[in-house]
Parts: sequence; structure tokens; C-alpha cells
Amino acid sequence: MTDLPMTRRGAVLALMAAAHAAVAAQAAPAPPVSTLPGDSVYRLRPRIVDQDGHAVDLASMRGAPLIVSMFYSSCDMVCPLIFETIKQTRMALPPDRRERVHVLMISFDPERDTVAQLKETAAAHGCDSHWTLVRASDADVRQIAAVLGVQYRRLPSGAFNHSSAILLLDRDGRIAARTGKLGEVDPQFVDVLARLA
Amino acid sequence: MRARNVLAALLLAAAGLARAGDYAALPGGRFESVLPQGDLPGVSVPVTLAPFELRRTPVSVAEFLAFVRAHPEWRRGTAPAVFADARYLSHWSAPLEPPAGAGALQRPVVDVSWFAARAFCESEDARLPTWLEWEYAAAADETRTDARADPAWRRRILAWYERPGGAALPAVGGQANAHGVRDLQGLVWEWVDDFNALFIAGDSRTQGDPDVLKFCGAGAISIIDRDSYAVLMRVAFLSSLNAADTTSTLGFRCARSLPGASR
Repeated sequence: MTDLPMTRRGAVLALMAAAHAAVAAQAAPAPPVSTLPGDSVYRLRPRIVDQDGHAVDLASMRGAPLIVSMFYSSCDMVCPLIFETIKQTRMALPPDRRERVHVLMISFDPERDTVAQLKETAAAHGCDSHWTLVRASDADVRQIAAVLGVQYRRLPSGAFNHSSAILLLDRDGRIAARTGKLGEVDPQFVDVLARLA
Repeated sequence: MRARNVLAALLLAAAGLARAGDYAALPGGRFESVLPQGDLPGVSVPVTLAPFELRRTPVSVAEFLAFVRAHPEWRRGTAPAVFADARYLSHWSAPLEPPAGAGALQRPVVDVSWFAARAFCESEDARLPTWLEWEYAAAADETRTDARADPAWRRRILAWYERPGGAALPAVGGQANAHGVRDLQGLVWEWVDDFNALFIAGDSRTQGDPDVLKFCGAGAISIIDRDSYAVLMRVAFLSSLNAADTTSTLGFRCARSLPGASR
């Protein structure tokens, strides 16, 4: 009788452990936001969906350097150049370190950049599995742009004016480098990337 | 006993003011912005604004105090640096202690970031106004919904910008304009939701786009009505900000879309 409370507690503990193991088995859970540095972009919790239709937790990008930029698929001027520049930037790293560098591309245009369109755009630019193209609500896109320091506005034609920035986030989501250089690799950006990757 | 009654009355008054703000309904309609809204730089295209509601006054210190009491994550020292810079509410003596003094609680709250302003508005089921909504509301004087062509009105607004800085801000609740909205001019700068849509070229006389690589598309905004200095100063100011920035002259008010209306 006296050991009943103990047993009960043991059972609870066992259940908790099992539950924990089950959760851990599903996916490595993203670390709690509170452990992120105060200046981490991953403090933002936008609802974003990738080119395969999967919801993406921004903070799940934590743990490796991430190249981030914004685009819209129907853009025929600067956006293809952004994709190309990021590709070249990754290629500037030795293959083993290149593998660690992922790319997140956020669309300005949730209306026309549907999941299917994102998939098509990824294919058109030859994006491999290191690339995640995402869409979000207008309000979330506005917030993401704000936190990244990207300026944009929608024109009546459906095109967008936007500043062209490629950013580098460190493993904790802090902005480590930023470049506006397009069409060629920015050596300073690559230096920082090489240090983080 | 008497002092306690006075205190209770004051607290009640503060609680009343801290309730969801008072909003005016604005009809919207056709509006010509000082900033070109068309696809071609320098060519004005009027826009049609959906009806919306706008807070009659900027958010006061008392209202923001109630907000950070209810939302500890937005207190100074707790709000992360990515959402509010080091200056955030820095003129408060403690995270829950705004400046003391007569009328201090009724001044517009300042030293707040765009993220904090947005979070406040969400807490009363609202949002920040868009630039166009703000500009449209601020085009009115006491009797006309669009007084912008009147040189006397323009001079009056400009006079505010000539006022020396440093003095304590007046309380919210100035003269109402034709929409019943107060303090759009003459009190503080105000955040708008799309502040980061307001990028202007270094030289707005440029019709072409020398910076095509920096700005994708037709490029930065060029100015149509160069006589609207007061509005242009706001645009220039807002376009210089980052979302975590705070300044001692920058506050905000909230807006609401009407059900069924698209922005």
C-alpha cells in the first residue's frame, strides 16, 4: 500500500517518457523560441508553405547557415538573377561545405505563387533539395520583409517593386551578411558564408 | 478617503480609456495619392479605397501601458531585439512605469517599433492603416475631406514641422477633422502597415530607373505633387525606418477593415 504513490508516479513518468520518445521519433522538435537570441529572425513565426505544400516552421532552419531572399515568379527582370547569384554563391564553396548551406526563397506574391507555381519556378531555376520556395499570407510576407529589411510594393499590374537583397542567416537565425550585388558573387558575402558553413 | 476616491476615479478613467479604442468610419472612394500608384513612375493613377475604420486618436501612453500589462512579451526588456530596438519605451522609468506627471498618460505613446504597434492593434482586433488610408484620412481639414489644394491649409501643416523639437508632446485629442479623426497632423509621426513599401528614389526627378538592379520592376517611387512637402516629409521619414526602430516622435494608431471589404 505504501508504495502505491511511488508506483503511480513511476507510471506517470514512464508515460511521459513514452510520449516524449514518440514526439522525438516523429521529428526533431524545433527548439523553443525562448532559447533563440533576441535578434534572431527565427523569433518570427509566420505561417509559410513550401513548394511541396508542406507547412514550414521557420525555426526548423536553425542549426545551419541559411541564404534568404525574396522574389515573385512572374518577375522577369531581377528575380532570375537572384536565383542565379545564389547558385553561384553556393558554388563558390567546396562541395562538402556547400551541402550544409540551404536556401529559403519567400514569394512576395501569394496570389499567383501557388504551391504548384512555386514547384514550377523551382524546377525552372534548377533548384535542388537544398532550396525551399515558400508562400505566406500578405500580412506575413509584410512581416518577413520587415524583419529582413526588404522593401516592396505591389503595382496595379500585379508586378512588384522590391529591393533586391540576399541575406545570410547564421545557425541561430541572426543576420550575418547582406548583399545587393547581383549577377556576380559578392566576395565578402562568400567569406562570411565560408566561415559559417 | 477623499484622495482614495480621486485615485479610484482616475483608475476608472484610465481603464475606460484603455479599452479598445474609439474608431471613426471613413467612406473611402476615389483618392489621388501624392505618390504615384500606377505602373509607370511619375504618372498618377487614382486608386479606390474600400471603406474602413480608423482610430480617432493615436494610441496613448495609458492604452499602451494596459497593453504591455496584458502582454508581458511586449514589455521593455522582454521584447526581443529583432522586434524592438534598444530605445523601445526607453523614456519609461520601468517596464510598467510610464513617465509621471500631469497628463503624461494621455500623451501619444512613442518609442514603439512597427512590430509592437502591430501587436497592439491585433490586440484590439485591428491592424495598422495602410499608407494610402492614412494619407486619405489626413487629407481632410475640419470641414473638407480633401483640403490639400488649399495653400493656407498646407502652410498650417508645415508650421508644425517648424516647431522646435524637445518639448513635451501635448495630449491626444486635438481638433477633429471632417472624418472625426484627430491628431493626424501636428502631434507625432505614425507607423503605417506598409511603411516598407514607401521607398523613394534619391532624386525623384529621375524618370528613368538608374537603379534597376537595386529595385526590381519599375523602381522606386517618384513624386507627383512636389508641393505636398508635409506629406513627402512623412514618406521620406517612414521610408528611412527599419521595423524594429523606435523614435521619440513616432507613434501609431490602428485601423480596421469593414467586414467584406477588401483592402
